[in-house]
Amino acid sequence: MQKYSVFSLIKNAFSDHENWEVAWKDPTPKKEYDVVIIGGGGHGLATAYYLAKEHKITNVAVIEKGWIGGGNVGRNTTIIRSNYMHDENGLFSEFGMNLWRNMSQELNFNVMFSPRGIINLAHSDAQMNVYSRRGNSMRLNGIDAVLLGREEVKKLIPMADFSENVRFPIFGGLMQPSAGTARHDGVAWGYARQADSMGVDIIQHCEVTGFDVTNGIIKGVKTSKGNIKAKKIGLCVAGSTNLLAEMLNMTLPIETHLLQACVSEPIKPILDHVVTFGAGHFYCSQSDKGEMVMGGDLDGYNSYAQRGNLPTLQHVLTEGIAMMPFLSKLKMLRTWGGIMDMSMDGSPIIDKTHIKGLYLNCGWCYGGFKATPASGWTFAHTIAQDRVHELNSAYSLNRFSTGHLIDEKGLGTKTWIS
Amino acid sequence: MLHIKCPHCGLRSQIEFAYGGDATVKRPELNKEISDQEWDNFVYLRKSPRGKHLELWHHISGCRQWIKVERDTLTHEIFNTMKADEELK
Repeated sequence: MQKYSVFSLIKNAFSDHENWEVAWKDPTPKKEYDVVIIGGGGHGLATAYYLAKEHKITNVAVIEKGWIGGGNVGRNTTIIRSNYMHDENGLFSEFGMNLWRNMSQELNFNVMFSPRGIINLAHSDAQMNVYSRRGNSMRLNGIDAVLLGREEVKKLIPMADFSENVRFPIFGGLMQPSAGTARHDGVAWGYARQADSMGVDIIQHCEVTGFDVTNGIIKGVKTSKGNIKAKKIGLCVAGSTNLLAEMLNMTLPIETHLLQACVSEPIKPILDHVVTFGAGHFYCSQSDKGEMVMGGDLDGYNSYAQRGNLPTLQHVLTEGIAMMPFLSKLKMLRTWGGIMDMSMDGSPIIDKTHIKGLYLNCGWCYGGFKATPASGWTFAHTIAQDRVHELNSAYSLNRFSTGHLIDEKGLGTKTWIS
Repeated sequence: MLHIKCPHCGLRSQIEFAYGGDATVKRPELNKEISDQEWDNFVYLRKSPRGKHLELWHHISGCRQWIKVERDTLTHEIFNTMKADEELK
């Protein structure tokens, strides 16, 4: 594989950049693989990469019905954080933070990881108490957290509305300075390129139409490009999880919902951090191109549409304007939607299933992007070793029937209520 | 914007309603021995189909009645609405 560097850039400039190697091949599927990963998004590609790198399993295919990076890994608001209160989520995400920090070097692909810090705003004394508790829990797990007072927040984001007579005055906030953003497409491409170089077949435009399960053991997968035999199969299909589960006669604690995001026209640098509104559901950061990247609530009803509805967008942006009034002056550049695998406690599932050789990675709700490396790493371990790793042992499929839920937000089963 | 025909009030816009989830899940019967699996089915497990989906909506900014709506989860087309105690024909 050709190494990307300033020297290769200069060298290729002499041939008008026409002689770059392809970043990944476009193979036709083989008859049989050791492992087939369904879903060529961030999690699927990361899983394939870690299978090859950590477990030396390279007879692997990633099959994707669209094109890699066309699903949620290219539709999120690129936020990376580990500011969770529960141990299971905190330790898992912090493990991921360490992978993020070294990702550009490891993948030889600039994913533009920018640890600019995330600030969750608080709008009441009670909320400050809750954030103080969450911050202490984070610090006990070795995650950085700083409780900010009103004046400290004002220094960091002076453009927010600090007037006294607003409905939700800013009391302070909780900051995780090491959180940040990354270029989401770069993450998918970086993992794809490295996985490909180690022998993984990335097969695009290949839709799953069924499975071959004999005596409770997975034998292969039927696709639009023919039948593919596999000893092990991993599902990484986010919002399409229920569709594949139906083919396997499985019913899962997952509902598919729609989440929208949008960007404004580009403006000069104004916002240095990721900021979230504490009295509703709105989050915002500024991209390197200058666009304000914004997101918020789910549309709130089951949806596979991959495009949103205006009332939700209006509601979300109303919150944004309440937080930072200058946003009302901006023109909207783009809006889009992605479909989320909303689990019944808001936490993911990375586990084996009752079918031998079939592994499940789903339930990421609207927090899957930041989990990409940790999810891929632990899922690769679970597939390769046929047992869960300590980091994902709490993300079990049967926790719903045993009562070991990880209800980070305390929303109960209706995780689509915001 | 969805337009939902409330069986009590007529055609109203989506912003008057709150979503209540899958209407096909049934609570296990009272006064009967109920297995963990039955509770699991009722509380957590969902089909979440792509296509026709029977769901509950609450006309919270209208007549405040719960209703059932049969809607396509891919196209958002609404086929039927009915009162909460009515069954799909």
